[in-house]
Order: sequence, then C-alpha cells, then structure tokens
Amino acid sequence: MKLSILINEGPYTHQAADTAYQFTKAALDKGHEVFRVFFYNDGVYNGSRLTVPPQDDRNIQKNWSELAAKHKLDLVVCIAAAQRRGILDEGEVKRHGKGEGAANVAPGFRISGLGQLIEMGIQSDRLVIFGD
Amino acid sequence: MSMLHTVNKSPFESNGLRSCLAHASKGDTVLLIEDGVYAALKGTAVSGDLWRCRIDVKFCVLGADLAARGLDKGRLIDGIRVVDYGGFVDLVTEHGRTQAWL
Repeated sequence: MKLSILINEGPYTHQAADTAYQFTKAALDKGHEVFRVFFYNDGVYNGSRLTVPPQDDRNIQKNWSELAAKHKLDLVVCIAAAQRRGILDEGEVKRHGKGEGAANVAPGFRISGLGQLIEMGIQSDRLVIFGD
Repeated sequence: MSMLHTVNKSPFESNGLRSCLAHASKGDTVLLIEDGVYAALKGTAVSGDLWRCRIDVKFCVLGADLAARGLDKGRLIDGIRVVDYGGFVDLVTEHGRTQAWL
C-alpha cells in the first residue's frame, strides 16, 4: 500500500518525531511504499544538519537521512515553515543573502511547498499524521 | 468507511480521548500511543466512564510505549490488544483512513 507521513513536531520535543520514524521504518519493513514524508511547522527542525545530540542519545536527523538513503525516501520540508525557523538550502541562502556555508538542510531532505502535502494526500492510499 | 483513531495524550492531561470517543463510529479502532497509553490502565479515575460507553469500538495500545513508561501488560483494561509498530502499520492499512487526535 502507498503511505504518506506528516510530521508537525520537532525532534526531542515530546515523542511524535520518534513515533513517526519507527512507524515509517515498520511500514517499509512490511514492504509498503512510503510515497513521501512531509515536515511541517516545528517538524522542519528534524531536517537540520546542525543538530548535535549527545553520543548516547538517538540522532533523529541522521536516522531520517539514513532511512532516506536506504529506501530512496522523499523527505520534504515546508519552505514557509523552514524559512521562519532558519532551515535553508543553497538556493534560499543565496536568495536571502545569508552567506556562504549557511545552508543547513540535512542530507536526504529537500525544501519545497505545501503543494507537496496536497499531492501526497491525493496520491497515497493512507496519510498518517504525527504531532503534538 | 472504518477509521483508525490515534490518541497520543494522557487522558489526565488532555480531552483528546474523550473527543475521540464522542466521534468514533462502530467498526472503528482507537490506538493509544505515546502518553495516550495511560488511558489503557485499569482502575484509574478515567477507566470507568470513558470505556464503558464504547463497547462497539476496538481498542489497541502500542506495546513499546507501555514498556517505555514501565507499565506492565497485566495492568491493562480487559480486551485491549497490545500491538507493535508493525501492528500499528497493519491497523492503518486495515482501516479506510486514519485520524490523529493531537
């Protein structure tokens, strides 16, 4: 079955980002297709490459990036939510004159618009929402 | 079309479960996750009135979230099924749609 995931909560806040990751992993393990994972509102913080959690803690951003690489997942960060919170890719860094090296969107994530959320709702058999 | 309802807040903290139970229909399943698992315990202030009225709705609880909170399966209200993350995925595919009560 074709599933899509919406995440509205940042990492290390309550538990939604962890639950969403475990759910996505389980769905892939069962052979389902994950059409897209969309990060909205504070959920965009899951896609910052600058997070440095303690070594004995789970690294939520890295977990997503690795899962994306392994399964060719489409991890989309909402552009409006990301710009408000300082999550930028190379293009946005240039457009807003934030200086070289300021891009911080993590590997495997891409920044795009709400249209991607609408599209995944239409294209998927199920949409599962995780948040606070 | 049957619906899977996910509740992730403790009933002692939020009205999510109460709202969910007021809207759930026959054939639906309510899955308790994260702090929502506290609603699955026997003998609490909410376990009586919240559950008695909804015998036509199935209840499940995420085992990993019970374990993370040190809650033993023996403390669950009778009839609540414990599922793992794979079981969570199955519930999503078995029901026509999923509603998250955040």
